[in-house]
Amino acid sequence: MSIHLETDVLIIGGGMAAGWAAIAAAQAGARVVVADKGYMGTSGVTAMGGPNHWWVAPDPARREEAIARQSGKAQGLGDPEWMARILDLTWRYLPSLAPHYPFGSDGAGGTYYSGVRGSEYMRALRLAALNAGVTVLDHHPAIELLRDDEGRIAGARGHALRARLDWEIRSHATILATGGNAFRSGLIGSHTNTGDGQLMAAEAGVALSGMEFGPSWSISPAWASTRTLPYTGAVYYDADGRELDIPPSRAAGHAHNRALGHAMLAGPVLADLSHAPKALRPILRQIQPFTPAPFERRGIDLFRDRFPVKLFGEGTIRGTGGLDLTDAECRTSAPGLFAIGDAATRELVAGANSGGGAVNSAWALSSGRIAGTAAARESLARKGASAPVHGLGRIAIAPHHAERTIDVTAIHRAVDHEIHGYAHVFTRDEASYAASGERLEAIWSELSAHGRARGPALVSLRETAALVAGARWTIAAARGRKESRGLHQRADYPEATGPTQRQRVSGLDTICIHSQQAEFA
Amino acid sequence: MIAQILADKCNNCAQCVSVCPTFVLDDGPQVPVIARLDACQTCYMCELYCDRQAIYVAPDQFAPEPGADPLPHLGVIWRDHGWDRPGEAGHLDEYRKLGPLLGEGAEIAARRYQAQRRGV
Repeated sequence: MSIHLETDVLIIGGGMAAGWAAIAAAQAGARVVVADKGYMGTSGVTAMGGPNHWWVAPDPARREEAIARQSGKAQGLGDPEWMARILDLTWRYLPSLAPHYPFGSDGAGGTYYSGVRGSEYMRALRLAALNAGVTVLDHHPAIELLRDDEGRIAGARGHALRARLDWEIRSHATILATGGNAFRSGLIGSHTNTGDGQLMAAEAGVALSGMEFGPSWSISPAWASTRTLPYTGAVYYDADGRELDIPPSRAAGHAHNRALGHAMLAGPVLADLSHAPKALRPILRQIQPFTPAPFERRGIDLFRDRFPVKLFGEGTIRGTGGLDLTDAECRTSAPGLFAIGDAATRELVAGANSGGGAVNSAWALSSGRIAGTAAARESLARKGASAPVHGLGRIAIAPHHAERTIDVTAIHRAVDHEIHGYAHVFTRDEASYAASGERLEAIWSELSAHGRARGPALVSLRETAALVAGARWTIAAARGRKESRGLHQRADYPEATGPTQRQRVSGLDTICIHSQQAEFA
Repeated sequence: MIAQILADKCNNCAQCVSVCPTFVLDDGPQVPVIARLDACQTCYMCELYCDRQAIYVAPDQFAPEPGADPLPHLGVIWRDHGWDRPGEAGHLDEYRKLGPLLGEGAEIAARRYQAQRRGV
């Protein structure tokens, strides 16, 4: 027995971008199905955080100034036209959640829109999508895309975890909203962010761009990843109580993380938050109730006691890399397939730097709105009998050789180490990339030759394959960019070199790199 | 990691089974069953969505912590969020202060660092 459905627009993933896409597609008159791996409302990294949105009033001078500033941060790789579009869409559509989200006061008689608390925000997006008539399938991870005889992406196959049934959904347009890849670093909310959509799209021949820009980091108590809220005033000590020389994060960026990472290799690093802004203490619980919990439950006063901290890698989530887009409506190179949010490249708006926080949130909302509207239009024009389809998944589904048990836990550890290991990641050079690439290559070969599973085990093995694929693209792209720029920092090429190149990475068994002069430099 | 679902508070509505983003829980005869603890990321979503305040998530995301007393913590996250309060209750009125306070913290760190460098 299995589940068969047919729809106009299928959205794979249930985070922020998926929510906005689902609402937009339903408003445009399409039948919409959201198939999420977890629960639309808690899935992904948004629900546990507090996303701020890039928010500039529609005053031409102010917008122009904001775009100029962001273009500077993007270091020659951002597209000012895209930036203008996401500023416009975010300003127009974020307030539309008011019936479902308790927007607070701006302190001056108005409403504060730009910053939202993740759990309420995601709950609101789910409610708005359901109200718009969207069908939401929770705990329905997708496994592979389907392609019809005309070469169009025509839906997906997956597994319904709670019902323990395989599913197949045929669609006229498909949107990948599966989020970024955090390489199972333990970053809160990211357990499901294993880059599944990127693997599925790569099997359909889609390339990625911006994969070399990362990783970024968030500091948290060593026993639990939380959001970074109170750490900006932190002072750091070693286990013997000696203050560590850690340049402040805002000015130093890479050097801040490098100093912390190296100190953590040497031993425990303790944070002291007694210098944090005084005004924060009485309202922290109201602003971000998830922050005090891990401390209170250990009997620690976070503004008085020193406690051990850890840098949690954020993979591509607050980086830039993702599926390459071929037009202004978030289409990929595979006909019928769109990509949005963190599943897509953020290079267009973030360039070489993290779009972390405000810009990436505006991107998720806007790319969702844009793709949802376009996918609805495209699918409604294509109604009619659907052609025969075949699944595009190979890795973990059709191995080259005999099936063998794969140690997924060991692979997850290895992948996180290659991407986030403090020992090599802050001082990268050619030899270090080559060594990482070789180790990941061996893991991929083993998986490709012998990995095979069914049902829920297949979901999990495909996640493992997506983690490894994402790590290989990341290393290949970083190795290909022989300079330092933004989040991409190399010890052997410490300066940015012109002209500004955009770099695409593609392929699974064999990885290819294509460089091209950036059009917006 | 999720540590306890208190049978004397739980009405087995299975909302926690539904909302868990990593599908840690299965339906159970009296209360939901913690079936895949290794997938728990300590995100507190089950606690937040529990209308009966029957769930306790222990703070360590890397290892289970048996034996903790959940009682002082039950419902704290749910109440702090104002999870069941109406939208117009104004419980996010302080939220706008987050950005400025982050900025203030960054300045405190930068000033302190510079002062120390000058002192060396």
